[in-house]
Amino acid sequence: MAQQEYERYYVPDQSPWPIVGAVALFLIAFGAGNFVVESTSDKDGFGGWTLLAGLATLLVMLVGWFRNQIHESMSGMYSAQLGRSYRQGMAWFIFSEVMFFAAFFGALFYARVISVPWLAGEGNNAMTNEVLWNGFEAAWPLLVQPMDALAGGEASTKMMPWTGLPLINTALLLVSSVTLHYAHVGLEQGKRSKLIGLLGLTIVLGSIFVVLQGMEYVHAYRDLDLTLDSGVYGNTFFLLTGFHGMHVTLGTIILIVLFLRCLKGHFTPDNHFAFQAGSWYWHFVDVVWVLLFFFVYIL
Amino acid sequence: MKKTMSGAVAFLTGILAFPAIAESTSQLDQYQLNLTKGVTDISAEVYDLHMLMFIICVVIAVAVFGVMFYSMVFHRKSKGAKPANFHESVKVEIAWTVVPFIILIFMAIPAAQTLIAMEDSSSPDVSVLVTGSQWKWHYKYMDSDVEFFSVLATQPEQIANKFEKGINYLLEVDRPLVIPTGKKVRFLVTSDDVIHSWWVPDFAVKKDANPGFINEAWTKVNEPGIYRGQCAELCGKDHGFMPVVVIAKEPAEYEAWIAEQQDIQRRAKEEEQKLLAMNMEMGELMEVGERVYLATCAACHMPNGEGLPGAFPALKGSDMALNDMQAHIDIVVNGKAGTSMQAFGKQLSLKELAAVITYERNAWGNNTGETVQAKDVNALVTGQ
Amino acid sequence: MSTVTDHAHHEDDHHHHAPSGIKRWLFTTNHKDIGTLYLWFAFIMFLTGGAMAMVIRAELFQPGLQIVDPHFFNQMTTVHGLIMVFGAVMPAFTGLANWLVPMMIGAPDMALPRMNNWSFWILPFAFTILLASLFMEGGGPAFGWTFYAPLSTTYSGDTTALFVFSVHIMGISSIMGAINVIVTIFNMRAPGMTWMKMPLFVWTWLITAFLLIAVMPVLAGVVTMVLTDKFFGTSFFDAAGGGDPVMFQHIFWFFGHPEVYIMILPAFGIISAIVPTFSRKKLFGYASMVYATTSIALLSFIVWAHHMFTTGMPVAAELFFMLATMLISVPTGVKVFNWVATMWRGSLTFEVPMLFALAFIVLFTIGGLSGLMLAIVPVDFQYHDTYFVVAHFHYVLVTGAIFSIMAAVYYWLPKWTGKMFDITLAKWHFWCSLISVNVLFFPMHFIGLAGMPRRIPDYALQFADFNKWISIGGFAFGLSQLLFLWLLIKACRKEGEPVSDQVWEGAEGLEWEIPSPAPYHTFETPPVIK
Ligand code: HEA
Ligand code: HEA
Ligand code: HEC
Ligand code: CUA
Ligand SMILES: [Cu+2]
Repeated sequence: MAQQEYERYYVPDQSPWPIVGAVALFLIAFGAGNFVVESTSDKDGFGGWTLLAGLATLLVMLVGWFRNQIHESMSGMYSAQLGRSYRQGMAWFIFSEVMFFAAFFGALFYARVISVPWLAGEGNNAMTNEVLWNGFEAAWPLLVQPMDALAGGEASTKMMPWTGLPLINTALLLVSSVTLHYAHVGLEQGKRSKLIGLLGLTIVLGSIFVVLQGMEYVHAYRDLDLTLDSGVYGNTFFLLTGFHGMHVTLGTIILIVLFLRCLKGHFTPDNHFAFQAGSWYWHFVDVVWVLLFFFVYIL
Repeated sequence: MKKTMSGAVAFLTGILAFPAIAESTSQLDQYQLNLTKGVTDISAEVYDLHMLMFIICVVIAVAVFGVMFYSMVFHRKSKGAKPANFHESVKVEIAWTVVPFIILIFMAIPAAQTLIAMEDSSSPDVSVLVTGSQWKWHYKYMDSDVEFFSVLATQPEQIANKFEKGINYLLEVDRPLVIPTGKKVRFLVTSDDVIHSWWVPDFAVKKDANPGFINEAWTKVNEPGIYRGQCAELCGKDHGFMPVVVIAKEPAEYEAWIAEQQDIQRRAKEEEQKLLAMNMEMGELMEVGERVYLATCAACHMPNGEGLPGAFPALKGSDMALNDMQAHIDIVVNGKAGTSMQAFGKQLSLKELAAVITYERNAWGNNTGETVQAKDVNALVTGQ
Repeated sequence: MSTVTDHAHHEDDHHHHAPSGIKRWLFTTNHKDIGTLYLWFAFIMFLTGGAMAMVIRAELFQPGLQIVDPHFFNQMTTVHGLIMVFGAVMPAFTGLANWLVPMMIGAPDMALPRMNNWSFWILPFAFTILLASLFMEGGGPAFGWTFYAPLSTTYSGDTTALFVFSVHIMGISSIMGAINVIVTIFNMRAPGMTWMKMPLFVWTWLITAFLLIAVMPVLAGVVTMVLTDKFFGTSFFDAAGGGDPVMFQHIFWFFGHPEVYIMILPAFGIISAIVPTFSRKKLFGYASMVYATTSIALLSFIVWAHHMFTTGMPVAAELFFMLATMLISVPTGVKVFNWVATMWRGSLTFEVPMLFALAFIVLFTIGGLSGLMLAIVPVDFQYHDTYFVVAHFHYVLVTGAIFSIMAAVYYWLPKWTGKMFDITLAKWHFWCSLISVNVLFFPMHFIGLAGMPRRIPDYALQFADFNKWISIGGFAFGLSQLLFLWLLIKACRKEGEPVSDQVWEGAEGLEWEIPSPAPYHTFETPPVIK
């Protein structure tokens, strides 16, 4: 009776890929857990190899799963409702990423607004400063750490200016968001060359960003003595920009895959969830950068 | 359903009657079921607040469960109850949103008042710096030259169930903190390693000892006496074995005590200097060393020197203890940053340091035959 | 085979859809299979975590150290907490969501079936890593399930790295599970299943899923900082570099408090399904239940620091967090009152699910009220980190979350297997559990008030008598759960009387309109909602 009224919802058959993925995560977690210890002490073991095996398995899983997915999508098994499921799933996934970054931004704000001033004696912490960290003064960026202050030492760490590379990087990412948006418009209008050209450009911009970011790190380590272990300033700087950089890298890889699929003509103006998801992801990564640029570099 | 009913009734009377039970089963002096009233004005206020909250909660519980049990008894299908039809009422919903809200306000007001009083540590008469470290407390009087460590005094044999347990089992220390009665005593609480929490229930004072920060708390004790508490934040293996003991003395007695301590500590330092010129015998070093080792080091490195693999290294057969004497002295005196191996240089006297290091180099089959003398340790301390 | 009712007659047609052998479980995309996997996994973890609780209780049976050394005791406490929270309660609720949400809203399956399988299978691996670390050099995590820095950073063993990564993948699993639930509810409701017609279990899970997606990444963030602080020289939680150990607690509890509601909101949904059934009366105040659940969830984001009153926060912050915490009692109270009002002038019977639900209402309320006492800052200074807190959270978790899960299993099990479970055994299970659980947890209030700190392997003599009773209660409660194990094994072997589609007189909802046992694929086309 209802057959005509409702689209069928596609419930996939059994699939081996999820469990392969679970094994991959197991190897990654177990490998990484051992690798971290082995690489920071003089122990040796198989951690690194396990981690690599895990990453390889994950890659196999991703290729297999996505190939499956693409095949199903192209053979028209998906309904509009399923498309909505994917889109909503992606949106909530991005929300979870937002909260992940929120934890690190939270740490940044806490350090700036609370812990550093408290160590310098603010609030009800006069004794903290007097007895434990005599001579420490609050400043942000925190170049003289409390322990340096005790040692009476000067700071060797220098601050990372926002002009220069970071500013260029901001411009790159902002532009890339625009190019990607118009690539999407091109896709929706069925303009293939616009799509491919602009998408290609986005990938180039993203890759330049990653390279510049790498150069910035080299600069930080070599010239500024700004390292992962130079106190909360360095910590928040590297963790925020580092995780962001990882996301850009991942985003770029996604865009490259999308690019190849565009070349193969996988997407149609009204069926291109993968493209949309990739582009949402990219825009999200951009927004994070803007926040980061503002709070980590400028302020 | 009778069972549920009678069970519940027994349950509730149990709650209400617990002060009475407390009376009847009491075997030990401190045996109690309820929060202590304590010995300060604040702790009494806290107790009253606790009883107020408790009674409000019991009343709410009795009311809610009363209605529920009534319904369980009288609205049973087996009694022929037919279900009514109602299933919403905005008025009722509003009522049972607003009424609890008002109750909460009644709870919050006295709570806020007490809290503000508790957190006002300004203008103290005496200040004590309280530093936690794994697993002992260090007290330093800010206005005089007295400072010392306070360590669990219960014998290990009692803990291992070999000796009978004393009345203050796990709540006794070698050197209690002494404070004056009737004076505002401020505690500056901090830590050398992980987070501890300094807690004396009778004062209603519990403050976390955060490494790198100083928290303030205060008390004004009304009656002289011995008050016992414990570390209240998980701080590693022996978290259960770092009690707090405070003796409150009349101000005059307290002053006398401080003066005496100042004297003792000064003399100990002089003694120390004399030692530098002397050499101690192996036998004496080993004897003192063993005592110090068991009291101070065995918590981590274990009495048999084998440590806990992965957490605390073995000293038995350790390369450092067998070969590298300078490094050995250094790690004991200065500790190792970023590990729980603390700097014992300021905790132990030169003699004790020398003895314990000697002990470690000659016990459990570490037969180096070498002695370490106070002057060797001093050389490292003073950098010569 | 196009309508729901048809299924009743063509059940056999579907058998070929359920593949047999191990592959069925490894590769499955079926929400019922995955639900079953989750539930069994959760139960096994409950037994494992429970066995650790037995070690704790055995050590605490008498003063003095007799069975384990303090370091191992701390590992037991920590891993017990972690396993119960992340391995037992959360997966059990996810399992129930898998089984029930699609059936309740008229969906063919979960929205993202393959990801569903992935979410599940990560869990056994994650817990393998966690448990394996117990046997490695230095032992497993020994810093409490709250892993406060710097005990978990500078002062912890090397296996902390494994702990961190296993938490990471558990987090991935929960987030994917939550996304699946949320998308299913948003997108897969049958036509006519409007928001305000959804069963409360679906509503509470929707909100739970939102909480999960919001806070699990924060947990991932904070364990990452623990990792870098321990191994890569950062000083987020070290004052020497400008950080603060208390910052750890802020970030952790920003996750941790919503987490405890993650473990109770689905329970509220379950109770809201069971009480009306056995009262033969519609749930009182459906709409206010929805609003109350939402308020609890929103408030849960601004109360986290009530776990940190003794850390030396400014007074203003303490007052704020006290007031916000107290406020949560209001919507929670609304829920309790609504359940009681549902029973009022109903036509009550006391089948096993109802027994558990009633026990839940009473005992959860006791736990909630002690929570309210904990919220009062000046007295929390006395309660904090004592057994009073342990009593509080076991009342809300064991007689709250766990009892609700048991209630749910008894309620829906006949629908799942098509057979009635062994009622006599179930009643034994209930009464033994009810009595022993109170012997176990009620006296903890007393020793807590009298001053016994938590997380200690040995205690002063004045606590001895009660601890003995607590341990006896603990062993009895543990043994009672073996009855449940036996009952479940029997149920899975399909022993028992066949049941009707509705199973319980008075049960209402889509899941009671489909056949018992529920066919492998429920709604291939959406049912019509009246
Ligand atoms: C399912 C889990 C769960 C739930 C639902 C709750 C619910 C609540 N919890 Fe609990 N809590 C935990 C799990 C949970 N908690 C855990 C695991 C810990 C310890 C973590 C650790 O340190 O390891 C903890 C610790 C904890 C603390 C910290 C204690 C300390 O360490 O010092 C506090 C303090 O405020 C607190 C408060 C509350 C409050 C106010 C509620 C409220 O939501 C309760 C509301 C319910 C009611 C009040 C009862 C019903 C209401 C009525 C009948 C209405 C009428 C009543 C009035 C208006 C008064 N909890
Ligand atoms: C949902 C969560 C949950 C559940 C269900 C439980 C269940 C139990 N918990 Fe626990 N518990 C926590 C969550 C939970 N707990 C948390 C979060 C902590 C804090 C950890 C921390 O401080 O970091 C804690 C801490 C905690 C402590 C404090 C430890 C300490 O501070 O040192 C104690 C002490 O008694 C305890 C006991 C118990 C007992 C006896 C049970 C029982 O209900 C368990 C019953 C189940 C079984 C026993 C299993 C079934 C039976 C078998 C496997 C057969 C073997 C049986 C026998 C040999 C009798 N728990
Ligand atoms: C709180 C725990 C703790 C206590 C108490 C403790 N130690 Fe240690 N100790 C450690 C740890 C942890 C290490 C390992 C440090 C490292 O990572 O190198 C260590 C290392 C050592 C070493 C070096 C071992 C080696 O072979 O590298 C010596 C020697 C030592 N301790 C002596 C002592 C002495 C003497 C005492 C008592 C006066 C003592 N320790 C008390 C935790 C402790
Ligand atoms: Cu120190 Cu616990
Ligand atoms: Cu909380």
